[in-house]
Amino acid sequence: MSASAISPTNPVYRARKLQNRVLLLISFLALTFGLFWLVWILGTLFHEGGAALLRASLYYQMTPPPGNDGGLANAIAGSALLIFMGTFIGTPVGILAGTYLAEYGKGSWLAAATRFLNDVLLSAPSIVIGLFVYSVYVARVKHFSGWAGAFALSLIVIPVVVRTTDDMLKLVPNSLREAAVALGCPTWKMIVLVTYRAARTGILTGVLLAVARISGETAPLLFTALNNQFWSMDLGKPMSNLPTVIFQFAMSPYEDWHRLAWGGAALITLAVLALNIVARMLFHKKD
Amino acid sequence: METPNAAAARPTLRTAVRGRQQPDPSQLPAKLRIRNLNFYYGDFHALHNITLDIPERRVTAFIGPSGCGKSTLLRTLNRMYSLYPDQRAEGEIVLDDANVLDMRHDLPLLRAKIGMVFQKPTPFPMSIYDNIAFGVRLYERLSKRAMDERVESALTRAALWTEVKGKLQQSGNSLSGGQQQRLCIARCIAIKPEVLLLDEPCSALDPISTTRIEELITELKNDYTVVIVTHNMQQAARVSDYTAYMYLGELIEYGDTDSLFIKPQRKQTEDYITGRFG
Amino acid sequence: MSAVLPIPETAAAADVTSARPPQPRAVAHAGWTDKAFEHLTRFFALLVFSLLTAILISLIVGSQATLDRYGLRFLWTTEWDPVKEDFGALVPIYGTLATSAIAMLIGVPVSFGIALFLTELTPAWLKRPLGTAIELLAAIPSIIYGMWGLFVFVPLFQTYLQPLLIDALSPIPLLGELFKGPPLGIGMMTAGLILSIMVIPFITAVMRDVFELVPPLLKESAYGLGATTWEVVWRVVLPYTKVGVIGGVMLGLGRALGETMAVTFVIGNAHQLAVSLNAPGNSIASALANEFTEAVGDIYFSALIELGLILFLITTIVLALSKLLLMSLARHEGTTT
Repeated sequence: MSASAISPTNPVYRARKLQNRVLLLISFLALTFGLFWLVWILGTLFHEGGAALLRASLYYQMTPPPGNDGGLANAIAGSALLIFMGTFIGTPVGILAGTYLAEYGKGSWLAAATRFLNDVLLSAPSIVIGLFVYSVYVARVKHFSGWAGAFALSLIVIPVVVRTTDDMLKLVPNSLREAAVALGCPTWKMIVLVTYRAARTGILTGVLLAVARISGETAPLLFTALNNQFWSMDLGKPMSNLPTVIFQFAMSPYEDWHRLAWGGAALITLAVLALNIVARMLFHKKD
Repeated sequence: METPNAAAARPTLRTAVRGRQQPDPSQLPAKLRIRNLNFYYGDFHALHNITLDIPERRVTAFIGPSGCGKSTLLRTLNRMYSLYPDQRAEGEIVLDDANVLDMRHDLPLLRAKIGMVFQKPTPFPMSIYDNIAFGVRLYERLSKRAMDERVESALTRAALWTEVKGKLQQSGNSLSGGQQQRLCIARCIAIKPEVLLLDEPCSALDPISTTRIEELITELKNDYTVVIVTHNMQQAARVSDYTAYMYLGELIEYGDTDSLFIKPQRKQTEDYITGRFG
Repeated sequence: MSAVLPIPETAAAADVTSARPPQPRAVAHAGWTDKAFEHLTRFFALLVFSLLTAILISLIVGSQATLDRYGLRFLWTTEWDPVKEDFGALVPIYGTLATSAIAMLIGVPVSFGIALFLTELTPAWLKRPLGTAIELLAAIPSIIYGMWGLFVFVPLFQTYLQPLLIDALSPIPLLGELFKGPPLGIGMMTAGLILSIMVIPFITAVMRDVFELVPPLLKESAYGLGATTWEVVWRVVLPYTKVGVIGGVMLGLGRALGETMAVTFVIGNAHQLAVSLNAPGNSIASALANEFTEAVGDIYFSALIELGLILFLITTIVLALSKLLLMSLARHEGTTT
């Protein structure tokens, strides 16, 4: 290649330059495309639901019959209870299973297989989880209940917590473990007192992300906790929850119900975004 | 016949060793007796038939180029390798009448007797006080006062007390590198071990911290048997009473530090010491 | 050789200090607590391990009735008559596949563009906020997409965009068949579009992570030869990461196939097979969401559960393949996913 080919007037070069400019522009457009939807969706959400969020009655009145005004108190409380129970059941299971994978799992076929299947479960359709809980529990006891809903939510929490616990524990340097063992510390104490402690921020972040995830889940609750028009904190009965209420109200023809649905949707989104942001801040602060 | 290189190296090392003449290691009571030790990482034969005696309450150094097996050897002494399934050792390491390699049940006990400080300081994610108390709590129930005393005594012996006595509740991570390493040493001696294993304890530290820790080591040998791995020959010459030179998993030469550095018996040792390689 | 270290009474140890640390009792207990803890963690790992199989088995058991009655025929019959108790899965399966295909066709190129921008063109100070923004898009619950889709997107789509698409594309021979029909607003096309917005963040996140695995030295060699940014990405980064990219795409596909609420609101809930994508239809997930609580009779239930089984099998296979691809890229890199 002669030296004169490397010049700004070379037509091959200019074509490439143009191609580069065009395609980079397109990628920028792709970014704006993505952000555009984010802004539009969030904007609509808070525009429509904002007014409802600011009305106090949303928080203390019950879900109303069609054509009436009311609030979402029972749905909010029900969701809070279901989310709490789902997290309460799923987190210890997830942490302990994740501990096995990270601390005892080297070379174990069980660990490798569990990791693999866990990741598949992580992205599995949540409606199938609802179907599963229905088949093994609701169909057996022949009634819908808050317990079934909490159980379904815990099945969504577990893979998230297993994954983050496994990843976070693996990040703890071996030298820390060895230092504890070198003092004569038994293995289980080393894990609980030193390794968990070193990874606690990361594990907490995982739990927060799991909570954020189940806060928005509708499908698993559709045929487990069902819904409840009235105020009920009894986990043995069908339990009101925000996503199911939103689904029901939004698909109806009633204006009042639509307004409440938007309010509920805005509330859920706020909670989910707040949890995500807190989790991320927590995670980055520890560095 | 001394080579020109050995002659050139001599003045520095001689200053370093300060003319301490030590008795032959076999004439001292041995704290750890290593006999025909072979070590494997999977199929890789890392240590070949190591036999040596670690004398009690002296400082013994393991030196040699990278990959010679000095850290490997150190880590067999407190069975640290047992944490990893594909590492195994054969032979004998006798500590006070018991073969360390045979033990299955009381490894934590063994490790409490033989303390270890690592290359990189490893403070636990807790307060300075709790770092020291951690090891003690594993084996003893002490009143608050007794624990306070133990913590203070350990930090004093590790030459750290004056610097941290006002901030015992702060995280161990808030200290400088040199301080963290002294914290780790304090943590070890708080449980009153018999042997201290130091795996390149100064390699991550600045020269001033290094000097302080070297001074510390010279004091510690009054109470503990110290084994130190170091890639810094001058450090070995300054600090140790006995030195073992290793190469490719074999023990090439072992003797009192003075003699080894000034008049090594094997040519391989001399080559390493005079900087021909490594 | 005795296995237990004797409490030393020898002269060598007597002068060290007073308190001897070990109490053999404490340590003997530690022996079994260690094992107990390990068994505890292994138990829960086993639990998680068996979860997937448990789900599979329960779905198979639950669909016994229709499995027996229809066998494989179920997969290609279009009947869906709860009254006559005659069911076939073709319509929901078609809906699921069609909406996911639309979502992928739009989502993959857009995700690629965003990932490219994020890794190569974004200044360092902007990288984190932009990345977070995209991740927030992933965090928005799908029911929000559904509501927004139904109340905001559908009317606008129906009035402005859909007639344009129909007019522009239906004259095309063959391909045009997909775009014929009245602009209803709802339908499989709408569901596919909304689904594409949902999967973009997932695929983008995986692509971005995978692009960042490329050793900087490799890219620098290309830049050093005078390659443009586009060329570096298209000819160096993409081929290097292609396995991971495909894995990421399949992850997005797995999500799209199983998505319920975003689709249910806008797909139209109709059990008829139509060629045009503008027609209302059903996906497996939306059929389940709409009909499960109202279902009566064993056959109806069994049909719905079998739909769930089919969805489960499809998504599990897609996700497993995705994981295998991502793992093989990570092995190639020396890291792990």
